[in-house]
Amino acid sequence: MTFKRPTSAGWATLAIAGLCAVGFVDAALAQAAAPAADAAAAAAPAAPVPNKGDVAWMLVSSALVLMMSIPGLALFYGGLVRTKNMASVLTQVFAIVAMIGVTWTIYGYSMAFTDGGSMTPWIGGFGKAFMHGIDANSTAATFSNGVVIPELAYFVFQMTFAMITPALIVGAFAERIKFSAVMLFILLWSTFIYYPIAHWVWYVAAPDDVAAAAKALAAAADAAAKTAAQAKLDEVTGAVGWLAGAGALDFAGGTVVHINAGIAGLVGALIIGKRIGYGKDLMAPHSLTMTMIGASLLWVGWFGFNAGSNLEANGTTALAFVNTMVATAGASLSWLLCEWIVKGKPSLLGICSGAVAGLVAVTPASGYAGPVGAMVLGLIVSPVCLFFVSTVKNALGYDDALDVFGVHCIGGIIGALGTGILVNPALGGVGITDYTNITGNNAGTYDLVGQMISQGKAVGATLLWSGIGSAILYKVVDVVIGLRPSVEQEREGLDITDHGERAYNM
Amino acid sequence: MKIVMAIIKPFKLEEVRDALTAIGVHGLTVTEVKGYGRQKGHTEIYRGAEYAVSFLPKIKIEVAIAADQVDKTIDAITAAAKTGQIGDGKIFVINLDHAVRIRTGEADAAAL
Repeated sequence: MTFKRPTSAGWATLAIAGLCAVGFVDAALAQAAAPAADAAAAAAPAAPVPNKGDVAWMLVSSALVLMMSIPGLALFYGGLVRTKNMASVLTQVFAIVAMIGVTWTIYGYSMAFTDGGSMTPWIGGFGKAFMHGIDANSTAATFSNGVVIPELAYFVFQMTFAMITPALIVGAFAERIKFSAVMLFILLWSTFIYYPIAHWVWYVAAPDDVAAAAKALAAAADAAAKTAAQAKLDEVTGAVGWLAGAGALDFAGGTVVHINAGIAGLVGALIIGKRIGYGKDLMAPHSLTMTMIGASLLWVGWFGFNAGSNLEANGTTALAFVNTMVATAGASLSWLLCEWIVKGKPSLLGICSGAVAGLVAVTPASGYAGPVGAMVLGLIVSPVCLFFVSTVKNALGYDDALDVFGVHCIGGIIGALGTGILVNPALGGVGITDYTNITGNNAGTYDLVGQMISQGKAVGATLLWSGIGSAILYKVVDVVIGLRPSVEQEREGLDITDHGERAYNM
Repeated sequence: MKIVMAIIKPFKLEEVRDALTAIGVHGLTVTEVKGYGRQKGHTEIYRGAEYAVSFLPKIKIEVAIAADQVDKTIDAITAAAKTGQIGDGKIFVINLDHAVRIRTGEADAAAL
């Protein structure tokens, strides 16, 4: 999903780019169309036209990612809670999807994917609020120079990501939070945590310009030409999110989506506290059938998530598709086997959990690793996640009800760090391409230490911003409307007390 | 009149029903119940959460019969529900004071 990833060339450049952006703010508003279209149009005689196959694939992918949230994630989570909270979980996920659909249209897309003037490394502006300036002819850039897709397709594809990420969090505090508190928290969280981080990682104003400048730098014959080319490169790479500029590889959102939601979930579980009776009462999943259906829908939907993140329909799309398949197969199998060895029985919940862990881990790697590397990543992620959801969680005693931290955050970190290793061509990866890290024109090279530092930076920044930011937002919600229902309400079940209905009348 | 109440293994229900029909007992009430006796429960593991499930699913059948049928009823249930394993269940016999057939108003022996 990432745009081309240049490397920012220092604060001075950023400041200059910011000032330029402020100076041209009116122009920016007027041309609010695609991030790249205008720049590309200026460079090329004719504006590129979207390919019909790409458009079809992106719209199908968007629908697939929506299916991941509802019903996929909703059923996956719903099956894991007790019957008295089933409708509560389903409603929370559905309502989050609907709310983000509205806020993304009003201001979310603009905050995440427009120029923010002097704040561009950190956050976008409101130039495209209410989809200002976006019409059926607007285009958005892809990974390939000169290849565009309709901006509306990019808008809705990204919207589905903004929907599922906050929906992931509700698993951590399931069965013990007021519906009103969920909605307020998610409204704040998407605004102050998700949109900024999506901007950090995925916003590149004019990726085609960056690529062109990098080519010019590589071709520069003498020192003077090199200096000029470098200056041009610095200028265009100034208008990017700061993590996009740091060279971190995240194909489909391991940091933005999974580490981000996972740490927010852990913080929520800690602040909200354990469910009444946790560790004493039977809190077994009420329907592993639902959970299996949900996990399977997630797997299918994830092809849209990962392969769709290529923004085009081509060979890399097929690579991401295959990686999503083999990593998930590997992770499903390894969770099942580990559980069989350690706990004595191969469980359905285990293989479903392994599938989700594998999907999470392969998310950042899907367009960068080779299929065998992705499969190994899948085989490795499950034992680690299993260790966290059983041994670590029990040792520390936090009630991350549906293991959002143990699967999404830990799996996301394994995937983010694994991506830095598996992108290595020696391991079958695609290597560093021109759009992933162009500082000093190092496309085609691979530096393990440098890449791992970049990956670590993205992971650390996400953990800090989302962890600390979420803690503040939970506290705000607690003060304003209160996070927890009363003890009686929690015992009765949130289906009746929050929604006035039961999931099952049998 | 007596009520013979038996707690049996769920998969033995059909055999018990056939055995009772064979000795002329027509009509019984079946309830799905949970409980424990000498057969202890089992452990269920959901990721890291381990639950000792001590209440096992059983079937409770209740038959209202004339007092002179008690012995052969007990024999029939015992023969049909027995596996020889712990957890086969128990039979309880309770005195029944009065019975009425709702449709006709017949009472006691005529109502059985």
